[in-house]
Order: sequence, then C-alpha cells, then structure tokens
Amino acid sequence: MDFDLNDEQKMLQETVTRFVAETYDFQKREHALRTPDGWSREAYAGLAEMGLLALPFAEEDGGFGGGGVEMMIVMEALGRGLMVEPYFATVVLAGGVLRHGASAQQRGDIVPGIAAGERILTLAHGEKGLPRHTLAARTTASASGDGWTLDGRKIAVLHGQSADTFIVSAITGEGLSLFLVDAAAAGVTVEGKRGYDGVPVATLALSGVNVPKDALIGATGQGEGILARVFEEATAALVAESVGAMAETFDVTVDYLKTRQQFGVAIGSFQALQHRAVEMLMQLELSRSMAILAALSLDSDADQRSRNISAAKAQIGKSGRIIGQEAVQMHGAIGITAEYKVGHAFKRLTAIDALLGDRDWHLARLVEKRGVYPASA
Amino acid sequence: MKLDFTPEETAFRDEVRTFLKEALPEDLRRKMINRDHLTKEDTVRWQRILNARGWAVTHWPVEYGGQAWTPAQRYIFQEEMALAHAPEGSPFNVNMIGPVLCKFGTPAQKDRFLAVTANIDIWWCQGFSEPGAGSDLASLKTTAVRDGDHYVLNGQKIWTTQAQHADWMFGLFRTDSSGKKQQGITFLLLDMKTPGITVRPIETIDGEHDANEVFFDDVRVPVENVIGEEGRGWDVAKHLLGSERSGIARIGLSKERLSQLRALESRLAADGTLTDEEQRRLAHKLAEVEVELRALELTQLRVVAADAHGGGANAAASILKVKGTEMQQRMTELVAELAGPAGLAMPDHDHAPNDPDDGWIGAAAPFYFTMRKVSIFGGSNEVQKNIIAKTMLGL
Ligand SMILES: Cc1cc2nc3c(=O)[nH]c(=O)nc-3n(C[C@H](O)[C@H](O)[C@H](O)COP(=O)(O)OP(=O)(O)OC[C@H]3O[C@@H](n4cnc5c(N)ncnc54)[C@H](O)[C@@H]3O)c2cc1C
Repeated sequence: MDFDLNDEQKMLQETVTRFVAETYDFQKREHALRTPDGWSREAYAGLAEMGLLALPFAEEDGGFGGGGVEMMIVMEALGRGLMVEPYFATVVLAGGVLRHGASAQQRGDIVPGIAAGERILTLAHGEKGLPRHTLAARTTASASGDGWTLDGRKIAVLHGQSADTFIVSAITGEGLSLFLVDAAAAGVTVEGKRGYDGVPVATLALSGVNVPKDALIGATGQGEGILARVFEEATAALVAESVGAMAETFDVTVDYLKTRQQFGVAIGSFQALQHRAVEMLMQLELSRSMAILAALSLDSDADQRSRNISAAKAQIGKSGRIIGQEAVQMHGAIGITAEYKVGHAFKRLTAIDALLGDRDWHLARLVEKRGVYPASA
Repeated sequence: MKLDFTPEETAFRDEVRTFLKEALPEDLRRKMINRDHLTKEDTVRWQRILNARGWAVTHWPVEYGGQAWTPAQRYIFQEEMALAHAPEGSPFNVNMIGPVLCKFGTPAQKDRFLAVTANIDIWWCQGFSEPGAGSDLASLKTTAVRDGDHYVLNGQKIWTTQAQHADWMFGLFRTDSSGKKQQGITFLLLDMKTPGITVRPIETIDGEHDANEVFFDDVRVPVENVIGEEGRGWDVAKHLLGSERSGIARIGLSKERLSQLRALESRLAADGTLTDEEQRRLAHKLAEVEVELRALELTQLRVVAADAHGGGANAAASILKVKGTEMQQRMTELVAELAGPAGLAMPDHDHAPNDPDDGWIGAAAPFYFTMRKVSIFGGSNEVQKNIIAKTMLGL
C-alpha cells in the first residue's frame, strides 16, 4: 500500500497547480466567460503547451500514456480553478472514445490536433425523453451509399458550440454505434447556451446528415461497450475535479470565517459555524479518498471497477452538495453573488452531480451489484 | 380538539377561491406556473386588482385599508393565493413599510404614503444591510448628519433588493455614534431621485439582477422624513422585522410547488425520462417531503390558533422560518435533481419565457440556486436558532 505520488506525478501536480493558480484566477475566469466562446483559448493553449491535452493518449498516438492517477492530478487542479475550458469534453470524453474505440488511422488523424489544442471534439449522446443517464439513444444511423445518414437530436452537448467534430451515438441495425460528425456537415444545427456552471452547452440537431464509411468508430453495435468504458473513466475524472472544487470552496470558506466580522468578532468564533466547517473538511477528506479509489480502479476488472467508481461518484454527489450549500450559507449574502467564487463552485458541484449519473443513479447501480464490497466467497 | 375549519372559515375560503378564479389575469397565472420572470408592471397590476377588492394589505389596521380577519382567515387567504398561482405583492410595501407607517407614522406621513404604498403607486426598497452590517445590523455606519432642516447622508447600503426599480427607500442611518450601537440609529424615508444616490446592480448566481449596492454621497433628506424619533430607529426596525408571523413558513407556496413537482414527475415518467425504478424512488422522496410539509402545516396552524387566543412564544416564528425555508429549499433540490443534464443550460438574460413543454426543466437549476437565499435573509437560520436557544431554551 502506498498513497504517495511518485516523483513524476509530484512534478505534474506542482506544474499544473501552479499554472492554474497563476494564470486562471477568478477575474480571468470571469473574463473568459464573457468572451464569445465563453472560455479562454489562451488558457487552453497553456494546457496544450504543458502537454496536458496529450496526457491520457498512448505514446504511439503522440500522447504520454498517463493513467488514472495522472488524470486525477490534472482534474483536481482544473477543479480548483473551476476551469471551463473543453478539457473534460475533448480530452476525457471524446478522447476516451478515441482511445477505447477508434482505429489507429482515426487516432492518427485526430489525436495530434487535440494534443495541440487545435481541435475541439465533443461527445453528443444524451437525448430528451430518455433517462438522464443511459447508454440508450434514439438517434438513428442508416446505411446509405458508401456511408451513413444520421437523424436525431442530442442535448447537453458540452462545448458543442466550439466543437469542430462531434462523436455522435446512433442506433444502427446492430445496435448503438459511434460516428465522427463534422460540425460543418450539411444538416447539422448547433444551438449553444451558457451552462449554469459556466461550461458552454449545446443541443445538436442532425437532419439527414451524411457521413463517410470511415466515420464509424469501431464496429457497428460496439457503441455501448465503448461508452460504458469511457463513462467510467470520465466519472473518475469528474470525481477528481469535484475534489478540487470542494477543496477550493473549503479553503475560501475557512478563510472567510476567519476574516468576516459580525458582533465584534470573527464569525468563525461561533461554534455553530465551526462544527459545520469541520463537517465540510470531513466530507472533503472522504471525497478525496474516493477519488483515489476511483483513479486506482481504472485498470481493475470490470466488475470491481464499476463498483468503485459508482461508490466514488455517489460519495462526491453527497459531499459536493453539503460543501456547496454550507459554503454559500456561511458566507451569507455574498455567497449567492456572481461576483464571488464560492457561488460558482457551488454551481459546478451541482453540475458534476448531474453529469454521468447522479448520486441516486450510482447508488442504484450499487444496489444492483449488491453493494460496494464484492460478495465474500 | 379538531382540525376542520368552521363553516364560516370554509365559506370564506370559497369566497377567496372564487375571487381569485375571476380576478387573476390568465397571463400572470401562466407566468407563475411557468416560472417566468415577473416584471415590475406584473406585480403592480396584480397588486392594484387586489387593492380594488380591499385585499392588498389585509393585515394592516382596518382604518388604513386592512381587514379585521382572524388568524385563520389570514392563513386561508395566503394559502389560496399560493394555490391559485397568484403573484406576491411587493413585500417591502405590504409587509414592511406599510405596517411601520401605520404604527409610527405621523398623520401627515400616513396621508402622504399609506394609500400610494398599498396601491404601489410608489415602489419601496429596504436600505438596512451594509457591507459590515449583516446579521449584526446594529453595527451599521452610513451616517445622517443634521444640517438645518435636512439630514445629509453618506455611506453605502448593500443587497438592496430591487433598488433599481424603487421610487423610495426606507432605511436605517446613524445619527449618533456615541452610545450603544443600537442607539443613535434613525429610520428615514428618502426619494431615490435625490441627487447623490448611485445604484449599482449585483448579479446573483441565479443569473438575476435584483440585488444592488446603493451609495450615498451628500444626499439631503428633509427632517420631516424621520419615522418615529431621531435615534429610535432600532425600535422601528425591530417592529418591522417582527411583524407577520402567520405567513412565514410559506406553506401555501410549498404546497403549490409540491403539486407542480407531482405534475413534473408524471410528465417525466410518461416521456421516458424516469425509469420505473427512478419514479419509485422519487415517489418515496416526495412522500417524505409531504410528511414534513404536513407536520409543518399543522405546527403553523397551532401557532395561528395560539395567536387567536392572543398568546404564543415569539420563538415560534423562528421555528416556522427555519423549517419553512428548509422545506422550500428541499423542493427546489428535488427539481434540480429531476432536471439533470437537461437542465444545464442557463435561461437567457433577456427573460424570454421558459418553454412550457419543458415543465420547469430549463428553470430548475436557477430556481434551486436562488432559493439558497431564503435561509440567509430575513434573519439567517443560524440567527433564528440563536433566538430559539435563548428565548425558548433559556440557554
Ligand atoms: C437575496 C437577498 C436579498 C436581500 N435583500 C435585502 C434588502 O432588500 N435590504 C436589506 O437591507 N438587506 C437585504 N439582504 C441582506 C440580508 O438581510 C443579509 O444577508 C442578512 O442579514 C445576513 O447578513 P450577511 O449576508 O452580511 O451575512 P453575515 O451576517 O456576515 O453572516 C454570515 C454567516 O454567519 C452566520 N452568523 C452570523 N452571526 C451569527 C451568530 N451570532 N451565530 C451563528 N452564526 C452567525 C450567518 O447565519 C451566516 O451564515 C438580502 C440578502 C439576500 C441574500
């Protein structure tokens, strides 16, 4: 057993944490949100320069072959800064599909562009009228000529308005399949909005969109298997991000308790608040433990992996809500202003719970598997 | 002991119900159901309809336009208003400055302000909180210095809701800082058009611009605008903050939202968003909420009944405030959960109506965020618990 980072991991942590602290303070983030893109190309280029956009890709694809722990380190740092850039959308989600499903040819075409920060890809999977988190889809892909024709409507597409390429899940005769769709293709309509957590989000309408044969990722019918795997990896990443957001929220709150004066004393001198700040700390530590569990589970066997990852997501759903709500409450009115960081962290924590299955969803999966611990022989 | 309303109370409820059915404009009702943004004009329009019926300011003394209702009638009225999806009037006019003027105003002040306040011909805002004076309101610093027949105001208020719409402000200002901090505070009325006032909007996490900072730079206010006596503003403020206990738990509102949640549940189950298992789990959560709501409702009714007998500890209002706000927050939490990723997008700043087919999904998250405020303002829930500990437990 060893909970220490190795030297390379320590260096990675130091570098990315410093990058976020020095280049992505609250004012910079606010500024990025007000640009037409709604995020900072400069900050994203910074991530590319540090090699972080290439981190999880295999070395033969031009990546660094980073694993769960490396991803945890990066996501926690991004979480601290509440970064809204398309790292999760492009590198984790879309990148995950490429890693687990795409051909060497496809990866060779796309990964270098992602690594350089030049290409934005995103996954378009969720739909209205289907469960909030599911592997199912109603969008269809029918064989036509030498390729496929896609029809359907996708919601909650992260960074959809900035994407040059979508990875779209659609039903073929063999079941769920994944396709690369050029954002400029005829029949593609993107309607972008600002997400409440600052992350741009879009709906994607596909109306008779023709894609070539080699747009298919893997084989037809492999979509579910690929997505299931990618969602687990991405969930572990979200768990780590939430730990970063919780840690930042906790620090800011404790600082506020020490400095805010009412009734002639720091409000942190009230035991009613002290105990609650302590509860925040305990929730944070439990969540951090689960982020480690999730990160270390990515290479475990499928059954154990999904138990651990669901356990981690369920934990941070609860902890994130407690920490977010308590932080806002103990700040008083300033906690609900958009001009202050804590409210934004609260909103990002809310979004993280909603993404890729909320606490209830993951608890239900654990019920199905009869708990977190494997049944004893 | 019995729970039923008397025949008179039931008849009264029917009368209110019938009135609301006929008088509430359909477009306003729709907006309320859809959780669309209500404009100032919307609020004013409804207030005037109520005022014409004599029901705009029912808890004011009868001679100033109030109704000699029993606590039970007040309770019924509030509940019916909420269940009918009627907008709420401006609390600053109806629940705050109105009752203060009735109790402390000079005859001239009453003549000048009461009728126009009830009809929202003038729109009030509340200038109490300052950057350094929140829960510890008495530490406020904005000064009012006497200069002939005027006061000259300098300093800053914050969190002033709807100051951008307000014609007038009622506020607390320091006229003397030599004694105890509760002394030397003066309650003043001021015209928001007075030179030297600057209003700066503050955006909140729900994307709205209802909060403001208000700056005072040598603002001259006539001495005749003092309410009560100079230096006795704290007593006036205490009266203001302590009024209205019958509606504080907002049971009607929570009941209305519960019925909306039930409608949303059915819709999401029908369109396939909720699996059978998820629906069962949600039903369980809703049952849990309903149990608490019922318990709170009965508790509120017991307070109402105690009021009718002229008794009851004041801390009861604090209990209702804490539990009532927790209930409101719990419901919006459930709505946000139901929305899931479909609710990620923030509604536009231009206050375009929400998609009615969407059944709240688009408005769910901002609704959840905005309701965090109810445990902060009006005396935070921590402060309420301090009051309960002190007055009920003797700790
Ligand atoms: C949406 C909104 C609208 C508002 N509108 C208005 C308005 O129109 N006019 C106006 O004048 N004001 C308004 N307010 C301000 C409101 O009255 C204050 O927010 C409130 O008094 C709390 O003060 P504060 O925000 O400075 O928090 P603080 O007093 O700084 O409190 C911070 C935290 O410390 C806790 N705390 C404070 N004292 C104690 C204690 N003794 N024991 C334990 N815990 C304690 C609080 O409960 C809170 O959790 C509004 C506030 C909000 C959120």
